[in-house]
Formats: sequence, C-alpha cells, structure tokens
Amino acid sequence: MTPVAGRRYQPRSLSRPIPAARQVQAHWLPVALAGLLLIWSVTQTGVSGVRDVHAALAFGALIAFGELLRLNLPGDREAAPIATAGALAYALLLRIGTESARPGAAQVIAVTAIAMGVGALPHLAVGRPARLTAMSVRLLGVAVVAATFQPLASAGLVSEHWWSQLPVMLGLVVVAWLVESVVAAFIRTEALRTRFAVALSDEFRVQLAIFAATGASALLIAFAAEVMGLAAVAVFAAPLLVTQVALRRYAGIRATYLQTVRALARVTEIGGYVETGHSARVSRLAVAIGRELGMPEAALLELEYAALMHDIGQLSLRDPVPGGATVLVAREDQKRIAEYGAEVIQQARVLDAVADIVRRQSDPCRPGDSSPPPPLSSRIIRAANAYDDLVGNSTDLSQAAEAVERLRLDTAAEYDPHVVTALTHLVTPRPGD
Amino acid sequence: MGKLSRIAWFYIGAVISAAVIVLVAGTYSGLDWAQIAVLGVLLIACESAATVLNARGLAWSANTMASLAAVVLCGPVGAAVVSCGTLLGLRRGPAPAQRLFNTAMYVLSAYLAGRAYQGFGGHVGTPGPSAFPGLIGPFAAAAVVHVAVNFLLLNGVFWLTREPGAVIDKVGLDFKLWLTDLGYGAFGVLIAALWSVLGPFTPVLVLIPVFVARWAVAQFAAQQRAYEATVSALCQAVETKDFYTRGHSERVSRGAVMIASEIGMRPERVGAIRYAGMLHDVGKLGVPTSVLQKRGSLTDDEYAAIQLHPMRGLDIVREIGFLDEALAGIMHHHERIDGRGYPMGLAGDEIPEFARVLAVADAFDAMTSDRSYRGARPVPEAILELRKWAGKQFDPAFVDAFVSAIERDGWTAPEAVPAEEPLRTIESL
Repeated sequence: MTPVAGRRYQPRSLSRPIPAARQVQAHWLPVALAGLLLIWSVTQTGVSGVRDVHAALAFGALIAFGELLRLNLPGDREAAPIATAGALAYALLLRIGTESARPGAAQVIAVTAIAMGVGALPHLAVGRPARLTAMSVRLLGVAVVAATFQPLASAGLVSEHWWSQLPVMLGLVVVAWLVESVVAAFIRTEALRTRFAVALSDEFRVQLAIFAATGASALLIAFAAEVMGLAAVAVFAAPLLVTQVALRRYAGIRATYLQTVRALARVTEIGGYVETGHSARVSRLAVAIGRELGMPEAALLELEYAALMHDIGQLSLRDPVPGGATVLVAREDQKRIAEYGAEVIQQARVLDAVADIVRRQSDPCRPGDSSPPPPLSSRIIRAANAYDDLVGNSTDLSQAAEAVERLRLDTAAEYDPHVVTALTHLVTPRPGD
Repeated sequence: MGKLSRIAWFYIGAVISAAVIVLVAGTYSGLDWAQIAVLGVLLIACESAATVLNARGLAWSANTMASLAAVVLCGPVGAAVVSCGTLLGLRRGPAPAQRLFNTAMYVLSAYLAGRAYQGFGGHVGTPGPSAFPGLIGPFAAAAVVHVAVNFLLLNGVFWLTREPGAVIDKVGLDFKLWLTDLGYGAFGVLIAALWSVLGPFTPVLVLIPVFVARWAVAQFAAQQRAYEATVSALCQAVETKDFYTRGHSERVSRGAVMIASEIGMRPERVGAIRYAGMLHDVGKLGVPTSVLQKRGSLTDDEYAAIQLHPMRGLDIVREIGFLDEALAGIMHHHERIDGRGYPMGLAGDEIPEFARVLAVADAFDAMTSDRSYRGARPVPEAILELRKWAGKQFDPAFVDAFVSAIERDGWTAPEAVPAEEPLRTIESL
C-alpha cells in the first residue's frame, strides 16, 4: 500500500534537456554588445564631459531604483518597468523647464548602464543572480532609442510642437519594444529549444502590456520635465510603482498557482496510486514535447496543468492499481479514470480546457469511429504517460529505447506519430552529447 | 443594499445632502467648462473600468486621479462638478441608491481635497514651470485628504449596513487598497502638470499606464479566484476517498477563519489559515481506505498509519512557497495542549498558533458530522465537549473565541450522510 514511504521526491531531469554550448553563446551575445556600448559611452562621455549633472543624477537614481525593484514575470522572465521608463524618458529628453537639456546618446547609455549596475548591486549582495542577460537586453532597447532620437534632436529635426514630437517618440518606443522582444525571443529559442516564431509571438504578448505602460510613462516624464523640471522624476515614481505592485502580485499568484498544482498533484503519489515523481516527470516530458512541437506558452501552461493532474482520477479507485501504471489497465477503466479526473478539475470551473485535455488523454490518436481526434495536448500526455509507465525513474538507456520502440509500433492507431518522434528526440542521446 | 436600518438611511441621506449643498452653494465664476468636460470624460472612463472587489459590490476605480487633477486645474468646486461623472459610469452593478451615494462620496472627497489644497497654499489653475516643486506639498495634502474622506465615508456605510451576524468583510479596511488609491492619485498631478504642454491629449497618455495597472489587478483577481477554486476542487477530490469526511476541509477552513478573525489575526494570516484548513487533511490520502472507514476500534498498526497523516500532508504541501506558517499548522494539528498528541508530542505554547486553531475547528467538525462508527452530535453538545477538553486537548483561548463566534454567527453543520448511499468509487478494478 505504501511503496513510496521514505523516498524523497526527486524529479528526474530529462537525459538531454538543454544543449549547454549553444545556450552560452546566445546568452553572451547581448551581454557582449552591452559591454561594448558601456565602454564606448563612458569613454565618449568622459571625453566630452557630463552635461547637466543634476539631470544625470536624477534619472540615474530613478533607473537604479527601478532596477532594485525588478519584477519576475511568468515564464522565468524579468522586467524592470520603472528603470526602463526612466531610461527611455532620459533618452527622449528635450528640455528641463524652459532650458534645452539634450543629454546626448552616449551620456544616456552611460548613465543607464551605470545606474543599472548600481541597482543590481543589492541583488548581488543578498545572493540573488545578477541576471546580466536580461539587463543587457534592456540596455540595448534604450540604446537604440537614444542613438536615434538624440542625434535627430541635436540636428534640429524634432520640431517644437508636441503634436509632431509625439509620433516620433511613440515610434521609437515601439522600436525599443521590438528590439527587446526580438533579442529576448532569440535567447529563449536557444535556451528552451523552442521555435523562434513561437518565442517571438509569446514575447510580444507577454511584454505588450508592460511595455505600453512603460513607454507611455516614459513619454509622460519626458514631457512633464518641461513643466515640472526634475521634480517630474520624483512625482512620477509613485504612479508607476502602483502598476508595478499590481504586476508583482499577479506574477506572484501565478507562481503560487503552479507550485500548488505541482504539490497537490502529488497526492496520488502519497496515496500510492502512482510511482513517486510520476506526475512531475510526465509533466516535464509533456511540456518538452509540446515545446518541440511549437506550442505557444499559454497552451504549454494548460498542458503542464493537465499533465500534472492527469492521474487525479485515480483517487476514485478504492485501491491503487499496482505500480499505478495506467498503461497496463483496460481501456474502459482508463476512460473512466480520465473522465473522473476531468470531473474533479471541472469543479474548479476555471480550468475547463485542462479538464478537456485530461478527459481525452486515454483516447487513441485515431479513433475507430468518426469522432474527432483528441486535442494535441491529450495526445502528448498519452504518449508521455505511457513512456513514463514503461521507463519510470530509470536512467537505463536500453530501457528507454525499448519503451520508445513500443510506442513507435503503436503509432498507427494509438499514439500520434509526431508526438512520438518529438519524444524520441528528447529521450535519445545524440552523438556529441 | 437590501433592507437598511433607519440610521443607515439617515447617514446616506446626510452624505448626499452635504454633496448637494457643496454643489449648490459653490461659486461657478471663472470655471473652464471645456477643461471640466475633458476631466469629466476621464473620470467616467475610470469609473467605467472599475474592478469589483467583493460580493457586497465594493468596487475600486481610478477616479481619484481625475478628481485630484481637477483640484489643481479647476479648484474645489470644479473638482466637485467633475466628480459628478461618477453618476454616469458605464458599468452594471451599483443600484441607483448606491450610485448616488458613491457620487456624493466622491463629490465630498474632491471638494474637501480642493479645500486642503488651497489651505496648504496651492494655486488653482494650469501650472507653469514656476509652480514646481512648490505645488507638490499642497497636492500631497489634497491626495491624503481625498483618500481619507473616501475611506471614512465608505467604511461608515459598510459598518452601518452590515448584515447582523455576517462575518465582517475586511476588504474595505485593506490598507494596501488605499495605498494603491493614493498612488493613482499621484497621476492627478501629472495630468495637471502636463496640461500646459500636451493640453487635452494629456489624459490619453495618462490612461495607458492606468489601464495596464487595471489589467494587472484584474488578472490578479482572476488568478486568485482560479487558485482558490482549484485548491478547493483538489481538496474535494481527496475527500472522495472517505465520503464521511466530505466537506470536512471546507468546514474546518471556515471554522479556523472564524477563530482567527475573532482573535483579531491580521488579514494575511487569516488568508493563510484558510488554506491551512483546506489542506490540513491532505495527508489522509496516505492512509489506506479500509482503515479510514473502519468501524470499531483500530489495531496499533492502523492507529500508527493514521498518526502518520500530518507528516504526509506536510510532505505534499511543503513545496508551496507562501504557506510557511500554514505548514506548521498542518503538521501539528493533532498535537494536544497537555503534550499527549502526535506527531511530536509538543505541549502548550510549543504548538504553533495555527495548529492550535486548526485543532479546535477540526475536532468540532468531526464531532458535529457523521462518522462511519457513530452519528453526528448536536452543536451545543459539541461545544460542551470542547469546553470540557479545553486546557487538556485544546487551547482554552481559541475554544472561547470559537464558541463566541458560533454563538454570534451560527454554524452550519453538514447534512446527515444517507445510510445506503453507494460509495463513489470504481470497484471493478
């Protein structure tokens, strides 16, 4: 009854989750670029001298403060809306009060880079990672805006009237958003082995709202500085702080949600219905397959929830199936377990798509009658679950190969051939690893 | 607002009359009506995008921003006029009386904020470069007054219209909410400041970050609801194993919240104990069904299996980050004050507070619901039992708190379990 007693939960990592060498390259490219920018801008500013030290200090302080309050977003992303808004505003600065105050591109980049570094120091001091890559990506976006707008302004190509300034500034803020999204998507493509187009559209979607707020706030500060002088920087920090608090709470509950489902999905393990670590392994494998097949992030989250809870229906069994292996159970009983699991999830009333995935997880890929084939996520869970039932916690390569072979033989009716191909890719070591 | 007491009607009437007096007696000379119209549209936009925060219709909107901008640009009376836009908010929900009260409340908040602004030396009109930073002090005073008046009037009406016996809703008292409101108020000074540069285009630019924040708040609320629903669904799934305990987690959670509120725990801790209550028996999954449903006395082995469940529960929920204090509650909810409980045999104050609260709620629900080996006891009898064991099994302070909460708010005991209802389990395997 209690085959799991005393064993600690150890999710096994996939045999080849991330190709390490390529990951390093993608990470360091923006960092190297940012480093070059830093050296150039500091030298340039040193040679020509700092213009308007007060403004540089005020904006630098806002950027550093914003960097201190960085935000973790769903999907292991990072943003620093206040720092970005401050830096963009500095890049778009034309006047402070009635006096002309164009800092110049080099000074904007130098101040931003140094302030970001200062803001990151407390994070390092308490032992958090520096997240150099994310910082570099943010600096690149700011640099593009500064390097375009400041020369335009000093060449006298930006007119005095707000109705002609505004479109130029708006356009540049959009460009900054595009640059950041493309670079971030490029890094994610490498790190997570997803497709670039998918990563880019995910990135656009996640960053859109935050960047809209950040960009609009940057314009507000830049314009407000004409009236309020540097007080604009101080007054402005409060409202964007509100946005940031809301975003942080949102990101927090998202993370807690996932943690909780991950934890509670293990009730089936504690009850002895499935092997230790089964839900965690199936969900990791399923998400990796989904990514390989180019599923977008929102769908991957649903897939992860469904995979974590795919066995929840087993709680309705009076006594556990030996070893918890649903693949060894009769089709009709599999269907009933899936159906019951879906009912449980449906009670939450907010996870209907997840419930549907769980309900169809035991349906064959090509149903005999004319009923529609199960959704892709169900097919992925079916294959991942079968694979884990056959291989379990073992790292034996021949056992993995055998399991893959067994799934492959069944692709005619049971398993989706594309899913099995992706799974094979993920679990089979390749030359060079 | 259903049936209201006379005093509540009197209060609402007084607030509305005060607002009408402010609007009628105000001097309207020198007001820029085009500016008031633009700010009014901004306020209506904010009001229309309000987020509903609780079942009693408490909604939060970014109105403060528009009325505080009006305080600077148009003065107290102008701000009061702009606040009338609350009446025209395009959202369903508020009943006419509620809408009228809200409008009057905002009119008063805006008017008093305007007076505070002038009182601290603020100059009414479109501020030029020379107005800063001198304007910030008076503006901050206005913002604080606006939020404070709003807070007092709103919680006043909540207090007077609260339903007798209902658990007091603390949302209106949430400190963070009012701090957020103050933060949005700061947008008001930006609108005022930018008016001389961007003119009526200002609100458009200002609305973007505001709506993003609204969006994030709405997403947060949706996720929070989804989260609660999911946790509760999963807890119910766990209970299917032993159908005598159906609904037990929900009721223990409710009881624990009653005790926690009664002794004045902070809202975050009350929230945490709610989850602790829901999850406290998750470890029962590790106990064989036959033992859980056994009639008659248990063997030593079976008893040992049952004693393991708090640790098993801890094993499951350990990885949920925010639950820190709840974890201790789940692990120790079967400890006894006299040190004869399990799993650790802690005594007195060594037992975490959450665990002592859960122990009372847990035992009470167990006594008042059916079990396979005995029927449910009536509530008064269970209370006597709690009192009898206070100081031995239970913390007397929490027993007292629970009993007075039950005597005031009542307790809904579960329905009797029908004797012949088949177990909802798949037996064929």
